[in-house]
Amino acid sequence: MVKKPIVEQAMQEKKKDLKVITPSEKASIYKTENLNLWYGDKHALKDIQLDIKQNEVTAIIGPSGCGKSTYLKTLNRMVELVPSVRTTGEIHYRDRNILDKSYQVEELRTKVGMVFQKPNPFPKSIYDNIAYGPRIHGIKNRKILDEIVERSLRGAAIWDEVKDRLHENAYGLSGGQQQRICIARCLAIEPDVILMDEPTSALDPISTLKVEELVQELKKDYSIIIVTHNMQQAARISDKTAFFLNGEVIEYDETDKIFSNPADQRTEDYVSGRFG
Amino acid sequence: MNYIHHDTVVKRMSKRLLKNKIYKMLFLSATLLALLVLAVLGYRMIIQGTGYLNWDFFNNFSSRFPQNAGIKAALVGSIWLLAIVAPVSLILGVGAAVYLEEYAKKNRITTFIQMNISNLAGVPSIVFGLLGLTIFVRMLGMGKSVLAAGLTMSLLILPVIIVAAQEAIRAVPNELREASYGIGATKWQTILKVVLPSAIPGILTGGILALSRAIGETAPLVVIGIPVIIHFLPESIFSEFTALPMQIFDWAKRPQEEFQYVAAAGILVLMAVLVFMNSIAVIIRNKFSKRY
Repeated sequence: MVKKPIVEQAMQEKKKDLKVITPSEKASIYKTENLNLWYGDKHALKDIQLDIKQNEVTAIIGPSGCGKSTYLKTLNRMVELVPSVRTTGEIHYRDRNILDKSYQVEELRTKVGMVFQKPNPFPKSIYDNIAYGPRIHGIKNRKILDEIVERSLRGAAIWDEVKDRLHENAYGLSGGQQQRICIARCLAIEPDVILMDEPTSALDPISTLKVEELVQELKKDYSIIIVTHNMQQAARISDKTAFFLNGEVIEYDETDKIFSNPADQRTEDYVSGRFG
Repeated sequence: MNYIHHDTVVKRMSKRLLKNKIYKMLFLSATLLALLVLAVLGYRMIIQGTGYLNWDFFNNFSSRFPQNAGIKAALVGSIWLLAIVAPVSLILGVGAAVYLEEYAKKNRITTFIQMNISNLAGVPSIVFGLLGLTIFVRMLGMGKSVLAAGLTMSLLILPVIIVAAQEAIRAVPNELREASYGIGATKWQTILKVVLPSAIPGILTGGILALSRAIGETAPLVVIGIPVIIHFLPESIFSEFTALPMQIFDWAKRPQEEFQYVAAAGILVLMAVLVFMNSIAVIIRNKFSKRY
């Protein structure tokens, strides 16, 4: 019983050594090992193995019901809001297993922000929407809040559009603006990773373009994992792409390779539009 | 093959249009009938009661002589009653609704509890009166006090408030909860800052309507044995008191004809209180809907 931790420690040190050997590779942000997930009896994710890198845009594509959104929601444990969910396996976020019960979800979700499919601002003023996160984490100082609000709105490329109406209700904005408000709200908690669940599926083409440009900009400071139905979008904005089918990862590689020269026939069929 | 024969359609047209008209008239007359009953009642009350509505009526206690009878004790008593019922029933009701909607797992036990709450809302008020008599008045020794009656009335309207609050909480879009959880809010922060503010208009509407019911209920007060002739105002929640519907009931059953008019005046006061409360509900709701 006493010896075991020492062995594990040694193995971890060995892993660290391995990383040093390949310095050109970016550090992992999320390492998923043997992840299985069930909704009641339905086996929704099967033996997922994924190694997601820092400061990259990772796209997750696949047909409806393939488990891509479920996987994304597992990364910040939002999936737990669904009753009767059961998971096995491990997801290491910066070397800590987030599926471990001792990992507080509130702590995790402060580091891992999320942008949802449908823009979901609170029915409050623009300012209060952005300040919501900092406030719940205990920031009360008005000056600091002002600064966070401005920086977050600038970060989401919407400051110029809303700076004169910060105290108006966010529901008065267009869908595309609302979605960028939601991105700003996510930036306000100064996250490390941003998860995006089909963030442009409810938006018009011009708003979609703005959000895509924003994703490119955000990549410099954040790691972004984006689920999308839109294959062109994945091809345009992502560095790596994972193709999900029936709860399994069929292929995970550089985006260029997935779209030009996939290894698996099913990936080729999907990206060439033969099904899905 | 044509299944729609346009000649036949034209032939049947007049019959269909007639039916259309008949049903419209039917629904209209249903509405008018309800309005008519209300108008007749209102007219009679106003004709009979206004003569007695003067300063003395509000400033006198009840009396054996109709010209001296006043509503002071009952009006103040009803306000005291409300002062107990409103906080008790709203806090318990909203608390139970929050638990059932946000915390409780959906399983057989919660389904069973849910079903019973809905059933409780249909239990006759006299049964609640008997419950109040047994538990609050006798077992807990509260006597015929404001507190005992207030707690009884709270129990009576509690199921209605729970159901109304549950519906208001359920109507809050799940996306808003997700947004809050997604940036690391705890459940309590999410409930306090997102769910309840969005649900408050619905909770208040249901709550105030339920409170108006508590103001107008008579049967539980009769069972508890609330006195009708009282010549003092309640001084604390342990004082004896009387309430508007009890007072009206007492006047209405007296043999002298003049007391019918006094009762009508009492009803006008009760109606005015109810209209006042419902307008507060509307005002609060509008104020909150502007913000949310």
